[in-house]
Amino acid sequence: MADLTPITALGGTVLRHESIGALRIQEADDWALASVTARAGQAQAVSAEIRNLTGLDLPGPGGMATAGDWRALWLSPESWMLAAPLAQAPDLAATVKRTTGAAAAVTEQTDGWVRFDILAPDDARLWPLLERLCNVDPARAGPGTATRTVMEHLAVIVLRDGPGRAAVLGARSSAASLHHALVAAARSVA
Amino acid sequence: MIIHHPLLGPRDAQEFTVLGDASLIDRPDGMAEGAPDAFDSYLHLRDNPAGTHRELWYHEAGDRSWLVVTRDTRTHEVMQVELARDVALAAGRGR
Repeated sequence: MADLTPITALGGTVLRHESIGALRIQEADDWALASVTARAGQAQAVSAEIRNLTGLDLPGPGGMATAGDWRALWLSPESWMLAAPLAQAPDLAATVKRTTGAAAAVTEQTDGWVRFDILAPDDARLWPLLERLCNVDPARAGPGTATRTVMEHLAVIVLRDGPGRAAVLGARSSAASLHHALVAAARSVA
Repeated sequence: MIIHHPLLGPRDAQEFTVLGDASLIDRPDGMAEGAPDAFDSYLHLRDNPAGTHRELWYHEAGDRSWLVVTRDTRTHEVMQVELARDVALAAGRGR
């Protein structure tokens, strides 16, 4: 078998992390992702199956739910992204598909995305960074929300884990551009 | 311009793209009698009102939903925003 060297979304052999002022920006690759979209009229059945599998109550518009190691983000009406630790769920999409069967369209998403975790001491030092980059409204995007928007023309999902904490999911193919945007904005506000 | 998304609340117009007249929802039946004429009208004939206008907008940089936005073309005031899906269902469409 070929001896392949795994690389991160930014092309390195180790994950990048930057500390800029009070902000820390970390490249992260520890989530397995799968999108789940209910087929017509099957949303309730899908919600029940996902609850059995993960313990998650699938969130409503703009929401994010967590249960143990599982996490679900609302993507669009009757469509969600499921996340689980990659080490424990290397075959997440197949696992979910076995559960939901014909009630949902399940798509493997793990390698399509890059995640940057943004850590700040508190919200007051987190928001100046996000406000420079996207239209997310601080009043509506507290912990437990997942907001799809754009940063420098790149489609992203902004997740709020807790006070001073955010994660940005973006397309892996433009990971370096997104990273540049985050770092440049962090330097501006630091 | 701010679009009050029915599910997500106020969102900047930057996140949306506009397709055009909301009558595009009412695609004619291609197999019906007189379909060529119906499609000619569907493709080419549009009202161009100075005032209230219903348009299809796409939340491309958001939840990818199609919306029917009712706005005043003279003032850009947005009067109503509905999910296109709800509009189609209300009009008797299957989905």
